[in-house]
Amino acid sequence: MSDTPIDRVAKATPPSVAAKIRGLSDRAIAWLFVLPTIFLLLAVNIFPLIWTINLSFTNFRANRPNREVDYIGLRNYERILTDEDIWLTMQATAHFLFWTIFFQVLIGFTLAWLINRKFKGNDLWTTLIVLPMMLSPAVVGNFWTFLYQPQIGLFNYGISFLTGIDPSSFQMIGDVSLAPWSIVIVDTWMWTPFVMLICLAGLRSIPDYIYEAAEIDRASQWRQFWTITVPMVLPFLMLAVLFRGIENFKMFDLVVQLTGGGPGSVTELTSINLKREAFEKWRTGYSSAYAIILFVTVFGLASIYVKALNKVKER
Amino acid sequence: MKTAKLLAATAFVAASGLTVSQAQADELTLCWAAWDPANALVELSKEFEAQSGHTMKFEFVPWPNFADRMLNELNSGGKLCDLLIGDSQWIGGGAENGHYVKLNEFFDKEGISMDDFAPATVYAYSTWPKGTPNYYALPAMGDANGWFYRKDWFAKPEIQEAFKSEHGRDLAPPKTQMELLEIAKFFQEREIDGQKRYGAAIFTERGSEGITMGATSAMYPFGFKYENTPGKYDMEGAVNSADAVAGLEFYKELYKTSTPPGYTDSYMEQSLDAFKSGQVAMAMNWFAFFPGLYADPDVGGDKIGFFVNPGQLKEASTLGGQGISVVAYSDKQDAALEYIKWFAQPSVQKKWWDLGGYSCHVSVLNDPNFADSAPFAADFLLAMDGVMDFWQEPAYAELLLAMQKRLHDYVVADQGTAKEALDKLIEDWTEVFEDEGKL
Repeated sequence: MSDTPIDRVAKATPPSVAAKIRGLSDRAIAWLFVLPTIFLLLAVNIFPLIWTINLSFTNFRANRPNREVDYIGLRNYERILTDEDIWLTMQATAHFLFWTIFFQVLIGFTLAWLINRKFKGNDLWTTLIVLPMMLSPAVVGNFWTFLYQPQIGLFNYGISFLTGIDPSSFQMIGDVSLAPWSIVIVDTWMWTPFVMLICLAGLRSIPDYIYEAAEIDRASQWRQFWTITVPMVLPFLMLAVLFRGIENFKMFDLVVQLTGGGPGSVTELTSINLKREAFEKWRTGYSSAYAIILFVTVFGLASIYVKALNKVKER
Repeated sequence: MKTAKLLAATAFVAASGLTVSQAQADELTLCWAAWDPANALVELSKEFEAQSGHTMKFEFVPWPNFADRMLNELNSGGKLCDLLIGDSQWIGGGAENGHYVKLNEFFDKEGISMDDFAPATVYAYSTWPKGTPNYYALPAMGDANGWFYRKDWFAKPEIQEAFKSEHGRDLAPPKTQMELLEIAKFFQEREIDGQKRYGAAIFTERGSEGITMGATSAMYPFGFKYENTPGKYDMEGAVNSADAVAGLEFYKELYKTSTPPGYTDSYMEQSLDAFKSGQVAMAMNWFAFFPGLYADPDVGGDKIGFFVNPGQLKEASTLGGQGISVVAYSDKQDAALEYIKWFAQPSVQKKWWDLGGYSCHVSVLNDPNFADSAPFAADFLLAMDGVMDFWQEPAYAELLLAMQKRLHDYVVADQGTAKEALDKLIEDWTEVFEDEGKL
């Protein structure tokens, strides 16, 4: 009987090495495999986090390496939490988060529900709908600045066509009251397909026999929707909300291209504000504290949300 | 044997020669913004290459990213640039953080005198601390914010008549900021040659320095100052004086009443586009662009006129322009200094102006023919007589971002009053100077 490859490797292994390996427990071998990953994790995640926490208590500036670094206790945190402008950026972020998720879930679920019906050209429509999310956010941002242009923009002309108002009479990205909505519209346009795909996966995972049983029980379409479809898609929907929430909390590229945080600071989301503090003003200590506050906020909210998600799944 | 020795000696000499010429011939990288004068400098530098044997490489970064890109390069001790034509406001940081080589010794050794350059440019582009004889750059490109207008529209009889009946005077380039506003309002949404036109293209950009450069062009003539006493950082009553408030209110009115729709985030490129596409009657921009505009086949030549930033309570223009510095992290400092020595020569400075660069050398500026050498040359001289610049402190980026925010919030986003905006600006700046240990 010929040797298997494993046998051949075992025979080829020098006895001293083989003895050493044989001397290791399963647990030790497991550690051998896991250690590189742990080391990588420590190097690229944990160490920077600890270093950032350390910096957040200092007045360090990365552009002044020669300046003496002082530990200033909680002063950075105190400054951030009492800064009116930072609370305004938090509000802008909350507005962006809430409305983008609201519209994306509403439209995304509706689209998924429609696409889930079997009709001719179903695949073509699915492909067309998901196109926006395949584009680069920078391209989308740039592209929409032209669409929103008051004199030549198609968006303004579309609104003008529908309402009869002069297209150059309103500025989507230049008006304080419209600019926050302009970024909501673009993000919704771009990322609704993502929510739709997740919802579609949820809808397609519902076995047909449940609906058939409901039909036999003479349950109305409306009742089937609320008692079968919604509860069974809910975990998927919540997952989509979690993904979009995390993504939009750190939204940067799309909004920078679109409005640059303006007019004034009405669309200056926390990530844009943080970037300005860290890499334009070079307040490294201050921006480290800012980043820690944001990290704790997102981590806290995400943990609560994941617990809720697990409860829904268990039901 | 003799032949062998001769061959060996020849080979040695040839090898030594090769080594020497390789050591002398460096490839220098000059970093600057990507704009018209940079192209002129490429042309000019060919002469240096021919004379010195060095080759020149250029790294030009578009204006909106120029500061970010270059300051990051300096802060990280990067060796990308041997020579840097950095913005005037960077001089404090360049000097204090050790990014720029101090040039005093070199100037003394090579007989380069700062008296040969216009005093305003030496003060703004070369010295740190301000006004002291500590030089970190050679004035390279004089610049200020100026204006250009559609001369052909101004000359139309029906326009002249309409303006005179409205304002009781002839339509001509404005002499004061209030006249500028009147003219801009007059052109706003006026139909000329069958198209709707607008008053003026001004700077409103939020991300880098746009709105600060634009608004200060109105605020300086109204009396805005950074400090009551230079060097004391006593801003209360200077930054938010009644005159400064009036200047800022004026700029907002100009923005609200006289700019094209959607003009909320506009800087150099947008101003040029608005003018070249025939949208606006007047536009503000840096003198650096004027040679290109004058040569433009559609809106240049007889169709364009130029004027210096109008005064109000005083004559003043926002300073642009840059000095050329040797980067301290460069391994080719000797060759870079050689370039500066070459560039400082009067003959090179004359050629620099001829090619479209704005020389700061007195031999060029004081030439009796200078004012007539280009349609904007006389205005350039006037502007350089009254230039004012932003803070040039090492913390300039923080100071600038604070002003960008406060001005944009007030002018474009309609938040608060001009007084509140300037009061908040003082708070921001005070915090920065406290952190810097200067207050």
